[in-house]
Formats: sequence, C-alpha cells, structure tokens
Amino acid sequence: MAEPRRTTLSIREREAPATALVPAEQLKEHLPGVEPERRLNDWGRSERIEGIYDRTVADFLYRYWFRAEVEGIENVPSTGGALLVSNHAGALPPDAAMIAKAIKEEHAHPRPLNITVEHFFKGYPGFSMLVSKIGCVPAHPANVHRLLYDEEQLVLVFPEGRKATEKLYKDRYRLRRFGRGGFVEAAMRARAPIVPVCVVGAEESAPVFAQIGLMQRLTGFLYFPITPTFPHFGLLGMAGYLPAKFKLRFLEPIHFEEEGMHEDKALVQTVAHEVRARIQENVWDMLAKRKSVWFG
Amino acid sequence: MDSKRILITGISRYWGGRLAQALEAFPEVEAVIGVDNEEPQVEFERTEYVKVGAQHALLRRVVEAAEIDTVVDTRLVVDSATTSSSKAHENNVMGTMNILAACTGPDSPVRKVVFKSSTHYYGCHQDDPAFFDETMRRPHPPRTGIERDIVEAEASLTEFAERHPETAVTTLRFANVLGPDVETSHIKLFSLPVVPMILGFDPRYQFVHEDDVVHALEHAVKHRAPGTFNVAGDGVLALSEVAGLLGKPYAPLLPPWGTGIATSVIRRIGIEIPPEALNQMRFGRGVDNRRFKASGFHYQHTSREAVMKLGEYLRLHPVVRGAQEPYRYEREVEDFLRWSPHVKNTRDRTAPALSREQLVELERLLTSFADTAGMDLGAAAPAPAPEPPPKPPKPRSRPRPARAPSEHYDDLAAEEVIALLASLEREDLAALHRYERDHANRTRVLGAIDSVLARRGSRV
Repeated sequence: MAEPRRTTLSIREREAPATALVPAEQLKEHLPGVEPERRLNDWGRSERIEGIYDRTVADFLYRYWFRAEVEGIENVPSTGGALLVSNHAGALPPDAAMIAKAIKEEHAHPRPLNITVEHFFKGYPGFSMLVSKIGCVPAHPANVHRLLYDEEQLVLVFPEGRKATEKLYKDRYRLRRFGRGGFVEAAMRARAPIVPVCVVGAEESAPVFAQIGLMQRLTGFLYFPITPTFPHFGLLGMAGYLPAKFKLRFLEPIHFEEEGMHEDKALVQTVAHEVRARIQENVWDMLAKRKSVWFG
Repeated sequence: MDSKRILITGISRYWGGRLAQALEAFPEVEAVIGVDNEEPQVEFERTEYVKVGAQHALLRRVVEAAEIDTVVDTRLVVDSATTSSSKAHENNVMGTMNILAACTGPDSPVRKVVFKSSTHYYGCHQDDPAFFDETMRRPHPPRTGIERDIVEAEASLTEFAERHPETAVTTLRFANVLGPDVETSHIKLFSLPVVPMILGFDPRYQFVHEDDVVHALEHAVKHRAPGTFNVAGDGVLALSEVAGLLGKPYAPLLPPWGTGIATSVIRRIGIEIPPEALNQMRFGRGVDNRRFKASGFHYQHTSREAVMKLGEYLRLHPVVRGAQEPYRYEREVEDFLRWSPHVKNTRDRTAPALSREQLVELERLLTSFADTAGMDLGAAAPAPAPEPPPKPPKPRSRPRPARAPSEHYDDLAAEEVIALLASLEREDLAALHRYERDHANRTRVLGAIDSVLARRGSRV
C-alpha cells in the first residue's frame, strides 16, 4: 500500500517504440473477437454479476431511494466512443452507479458504461474482485484510450479524482481542480466527444464530516471519512446513503475532429477549464432551482 | 523463408526441440544447428546438435564456421521454480550476453536474431494498464529475480539492436504458456484438485497454447519482423473463469495479507508458488496482442481454448499415463541413423515429390526396361550367379535401363530378389511385379512384392 498512487489521468513516459509502428486503424481490425460462450469480457466485467447488481441494488437506489431525475440524455451518443465527465463527491458516492443506470433506463439505445476507478480498488482484497465485475476499470490513460478509440465504448471519468471524495460537506458542490487535463488529452487522442455530466444530490446522500488521516494509513483505505453511518456501523455503513433526491444533467457534447489536437498542451488545458466551468455553472443552476434536498 | 542457416539455442529444452523439428521440415532451410549444454530430448531428422557450455562462450566460432544467418534464442528461463536463481541468472543474463556477443563482429554472418522472452517483463502491479502494449515500460522496477533477469536480458538485446541496425532483432514476449507437454508453475497449480487463489482477488490472465508458441517462433524465423511483440491468445480470463473451464472449484487458500508467509507454509506441503506467479495471482495481467497479429500471424487457440485443451489433457492424463514410451536420446544411435551408409530406410520428408510428368516418364522408362529385359532373357545363356546382388537404384533417382540389374535378374534366387525389394520404389516394384508374373512367375517373389507394396501403401 506504500506505493505512490496515481490520482489523475496522466500519460506515463513511454519508451521509444522499438516496434515498427502499425497504423492504429489497422490495429483496430485485430481486436479479439467476442466468444459468445463467455460470460465475462476481457476487462473482467461479468454479465451475470452485473445483471444481478443492476436488477437489485442499482434499480432500488435509482427508482426508490434517490428517485433520480434525468435531463439531456440525448446528448449521450448512441454509437461510437464518448467520454463522460462528471463532478464527484461524498464518501463512496453512488453518482457513477446512477449515471450508468440512467443511460440504461432512459437512453434510446442503452449502452454499458465503463466507470474508471482508482487503482486502489484493484489492489484491495474484495474490492478487487467486485469492482471489475460490475463494469469498473482502473483509471489508466491506456485503458481509457483503448475503450474510447479501439472498442468505441462509453467511459465515465471523474477528473477531480481522489480530491473530490476527500472534500468535506462544507465544500460541497465546489469542483476541485480537473487534474492535469489528462481526460481531455485521452478524448482528443481517441477523437471521441466529451459529454459533461452534472450530478446533484450525491453530496447530501453521503456527506463527509471529517477525514481521519491516521485511520486511513492504518487501514490502507483511500480515505477514512466520518459520515452519518461510518465508521460506527462498520464497512456496510459506507453504503449507508441518505435518501437525497438525485438530479442528473447531461450537457451538449464537445467534439474533437482534428487529429493530433492532444499535442497542443495549451489547448488541452483550455478545454479542461472550459469543461470544468460548464459543469460548475450547471451545478449552480441546478442547486438554485432545487427547492428541497430530499424532494427536489 | 527469410532464413537459410539457422542456429537454435536451448535445443534440449522443449521450445528449441520443437522449433528445430518444425524448421528442418522446410526444404529451403539449408542447415539447422542446435546448441545446448545437455543432450536433446527429441528426435531430429537433420538438425545437428552441438554441445556447448552453459555460458555459450565458444558460440561465435560455431556461428562463423557454419555461416549462420539466423540465431533463435529459446533458452530464457521464465519460471523461477524450474531452477535455482543463480543458475537462472547465469543463463538469462550471462548466456544472453554471450549469445549476442557471438552475433557481433565486423563480418558476422548473422542477419536476424529471434529472442524468446516473457510478459513477466511487464510485471504485475496495482497501477498497471489493463492491456500492456509493446511500447509501454513497466511502471515499477522489478522486484523478483526472474523479472529482473528478463528486464536485463531485454536491455542487452535493445542495445544490440541499436548497435546493429542491419540485423533484425525480434523479441517475442510470451504470455503464460499452457499445454500438455510443458511444465510451468501455473500448470502445476491448475493440476491440483482445486485452483488456489488469494482471498478477495480474481486476477485477469491471458494464456498462449504451446503450439502457438512454436508457430510464433517459426513465424519470426520465416518473416523479417524486427521489433518487440506480445504473443498471447485472444481473450483475457478471470482466474475464477479458468477454474470453471477446468471444471475445478477455486479455493481462496492464500490470505490477502501475509501472503508470502502463507506461501512458504504451503511450500512445505509441496505446492510451490514462485514470487512472480504470486504477483500475478494478485493483480493479474493482460497484454495487447494486436501488433503480432498485424504482422501476419494467426493464433490457433484463444486463451479460453488453451485452458480447455489443458483441461481435457488433465482429465485424460491419469487414464493414459504410461501408455506411450518416452523417447530417449542416445547420441550414438542418432549419429548412426543419420550418417551411416548402411541405413537404407531413411525417411527423408524433405525430398520433393515427383511431378505428374516425371511419373509418366518414369513409367515409360520402366516399361521399356522391362521389355528389354524380356528380350535379353531369351538370348542370355543360363549361368550361375556368382556375383553379389547388384546395387539397387538409389531411391527416387531416375532409373535408367542401362544401369538396371536386368542382365542378372533371372539368375537371382528368390531370397536374393526378396532381399532387394525393400530398397525399391513403388513404381519399380510394380514393374518388377509385372515382369516377374510374365516370366519366372515365382509365387514367393510375387507375394513378397505384394506385401511390400501393401506396407508402403499403408505408410504413404
């Protein structure tokens, strides 16, 4: 656990390509075929376990507990890769699950969503087994690129990363720095659109009152928050959500058609700021229109 | 075929042996030379075995004397359970260095080096990408001995490639190999009644079937493809999925914390999990195999199929065990079979088959030969046969009527004729059969010809 963890989508230093470079379009043709007998895909996503989870926990939370309300679902493209970028908050926040469920429930062409998560989850027993089964992939730039470009799938990232889940209730809905813009670079490299997503309600459903640094180091967790139900109700208390009303808003996609845009670091930063500003503005707007935390 | 004169290291191990067997079947390959410090374990048609020291120090003389244009290095140890770490280091690092040194020199004939490496090069860590591609560097420095060796060996290979741009250096990084004939730590683990796992982890695994390994090496020899390539079957499986395909329950025997201590405990009961495998059982690994596919290679098995093949073998193995005699290599016997002039029944698969026109020509010649022999028969005076049986025509050479044993044929006793039959070709036998039926019509000779023909028919 002592190893430094990556918290943002930064492209790691790569060694000089020793291999005669094959055009990326050509490599796309060589993606492994689907073996229909398998119930897991190459990322470890399990049709069976995801199905059970989706029908029970996700369905209950989406319909009855958070009573999610969705706007602008048509902004999620029906085909091709797209990078969904969302604000993120609270202890073990349910926002990712709700965005995935919203696409399944409301979209005209329901598509699976790949949720990027911290590498921590891959290294922690139990989580390691579970998260990949329900469609989470470690947040590595190479993973995002493969999903967006080669496999043309939907990917959800939280560019605020760990800083978002560490923030306390008093800082709610104030978006943190969007990393180093790695997500924009990934989208530009794959020439996939960015769809900004705003989520309201997650912060109240799992409020964090304090962070205990010592306990975090002892347990090896990502963070050790004090919430209404954690730690006094044990690990399950992490998922003890309050029934706040969830509102999701999918914004207009931002397209990147030109090749090699990701080389321009200034442009990457500008776009990252722009995406952050648009999400922040829309979150303020949604908060202003919200009459009640619990009833919307 | 890009290569003509090939040197294979590690000939006594499984990969070297199988690759040599595959390559010697190509008629355009002039020479296959295998080196190792132990005797080979498999039978060869024409591969020549040269015993060298573990350090491969004198290899350069072999390379230069035989004008080797391609060196295939298959001897990398990638499983620390197979040998001691110092021996593995000696072999992996020092051996690779010496082999590459043997390919250097201002007038070195070597134009291609193929190196068998392993995806252990990438290691297994928490913050790995889900699919390593060939341009990626491992995220953390290696911690286990084998991984360190592999990284070092590849580093010397990269350096060699930079210094010798005219030599095509192909590095193949193989994923975990599965198959009935190889023995790896993972196959041993999968052979246990339950598949052991670390509690709370279900790592992703990618496999490659042993046949695909040999085909991949063969592909690299046949084509010029410089660079590094991952070789792994399509599909990445979860370990629980592997257990399901093998039809075995999986057991989280190892605790997630203190795994090292638990491993040393279960080593006492005979289950060896080397450190690099332990890392893999925790974090797993997937690699991007598309570049090698783009170079024209086709996998015969996906990861899943490789596991299923292993499962079939593991189920069948206890039943058929001991049914086949293992091959034993005895150098003197091999040398006799290959070089002695007394060996008549050589199975030279490499000789080109006769074309239709040649066959027609041959038949015409044989008929005319039989006719001449028949005419001679009437004129020749009956005389005893004092001379030894004449030399039979060389197999597959065009028989000419002048050289034929026609003059003395009828003088030969039935036994002598029968002794000759084995050395004759099908067509000759057929002609002889016709001739014998028309003339002496000895039942014993005819029967013998028939039986030889029948045997040939079943063999061809």
